[in-house]
Amino acid sequence: MKLDTSGLEAPAPILGGIDDLSVDFAAAQSFDLPGCADFDGFQKDAVQMVKPAKGTTTLAFIFKEGVIVAADSRASMGGYISSQSVKKIIEINPYMLGTMAGGAADCQFWHRNLGIKCRLHELANKRRISVTGASKLLANILYSYRGMGLSVGTMIAGWDEKGPGLYYVDSEGGRLKGTRFSVGSGSPYAYGVLDNGYRYDLSIEEAAELGRRAIYHATFRDGASGGVASVYFVGPNGWKKMSGDDVGELHYKYYPVTTTPVEQEMAEVPAA
Amino acid sequence: MECVFGLVGDGFALIVADTSAVNSILVHKSNEDKVMVLDSHKLLGASGEGGDRVQFTEYIQKNVHLYQFRNGIPLTTAAAANFTRGELATALRKNPYFVNILLAGYDKDIGPSLYFIDYIATLHKIDKGAFGYGSYFCLSMMDRHYHQGMTVEEAVDLADKCIMEIRSRLVVAPPNFVIKIVDKDGAREYAWRESIKDAGVAATA
Repeated sequence: MKLDTSGLEAPAPILGGIDDLSVDFAAAQSFDLPGCADFDGFQKDAVQMVKPAKGTTTLAFIFKEGVIVAADSRASMGGYISSQSVKKIIEINPYMLGTMAGGAADCQFWHRNLGIKCRLHELANKRRISVTGASKLLANILYSYRGMGLSVGTMIAGWDEKGPGLYYVDSEGGRLKGTRFSVGSGSPYAYGVLDNGYRYDLSIEEAAELGRRAIYHATFRDGASGGVASVYFVGPNGWKKMSGDDVGELHYKYYPVTTTPVEQEMAEVPAA
Repeated sequence: MECVFGLVGDGFALIVADTSAVNSILVHKSNEDKVMVLDSHKLLGASGEGGDRVQFTEYIQKNVHLYQFRNGIPLTTAAAANFTRGELATALRKNPYFVNILLAGYDKDIGPSLYFIDYIATLHKIDKGAFGYGSYFCLSMMDRHYHQGMTVEEAVDLADKCIMEIRSRLVVAPPNFVIKIVDKDGAREYAWRESIKDAGVAATA
């Protein structure tokens, strides 16, 4: 197949002189419009079709020692797995993390943007921004773009002067304060495990394991989630990565292969 | 699904709202306070799209405060209701807010009042009203049992009747509710009616 690049070529060279102004403007080159009645709708659908990283599982929860943030690492475009090693937990600054669900580019860009705003706040006010403030910065930006096609479902988790903080922010302009959230297509599965194993007085190790386990079970049931289950902990001294395990290996760790007793053995066929 | 309702009693007005933050089939949170204390003697119960609800009610709250700072006297409940309606109406033909509002307030010489404002900027002064799926149950319940000059006990009892009816008849019934009251002593949280406890930390900041 040969690409038609004629549209990129310059029209007839302009040679100066008044006569050139009478060039036939009506014949100016242009791209064909898609042959459909509802062009805006077509454009929206087209954008939706190429939007990557739809399926995801991310979670975060507050407990006695701080906040646990965990996520899978798969990026998919429809049925195609486009990456198994995506960093869905974004490090905004040493005390704050963001999670990524929805459009990968939208999440990455606006988290980077938030990181800049947080740093500027820090320089201007000589103190780190609160989780409340940071999440509201992001929520207000997303709200101002609502209905324009952004796709972001994120949690802002961190430690500030008031202790641990956790907010859920999405591109519909929603912003919720809470102690336990999960976002993405695998979130119902993750909630199932998380709600069941959650206690406020969990130790850091127990909490990290709960987060990892919830992600693992979500990746097991949700085809759009998978890859590596990474777990972060945010405490008074900032965030720390607790683990990053391939969920395939986790499966065999949680459910080791046991040799099943042979129910029926193939017998030698007696010669006729 | 969302339920907000309210009524006017003898010397007070009361607003009840569910406290669920829902995203399609998922309940993100069951202790989201949807009744804002607008100023010392006003309550604003709102239902609608999450983002719009918070942005719009905060916008109204800030402007009501600004008025008070500038002029030294607070807006009356009627004034606040008309202001809210106006803002909703100007936004309606530009980028509408999908919020339905019940505004309750207490004014010294007027007494308690309740205003109904829906997302298409309709304004009504009412004795009792409701929004959302719960309204089908609450409205008839309140029509039957409401009477002029109810005491706080009677009103809360009626509110509880409504909550129980919603919980038992509505498929997508929210588990928890918050009841707030405004009277001559100001606007305040009266009680929570919780059938599911959300872990740790209190409601929204």
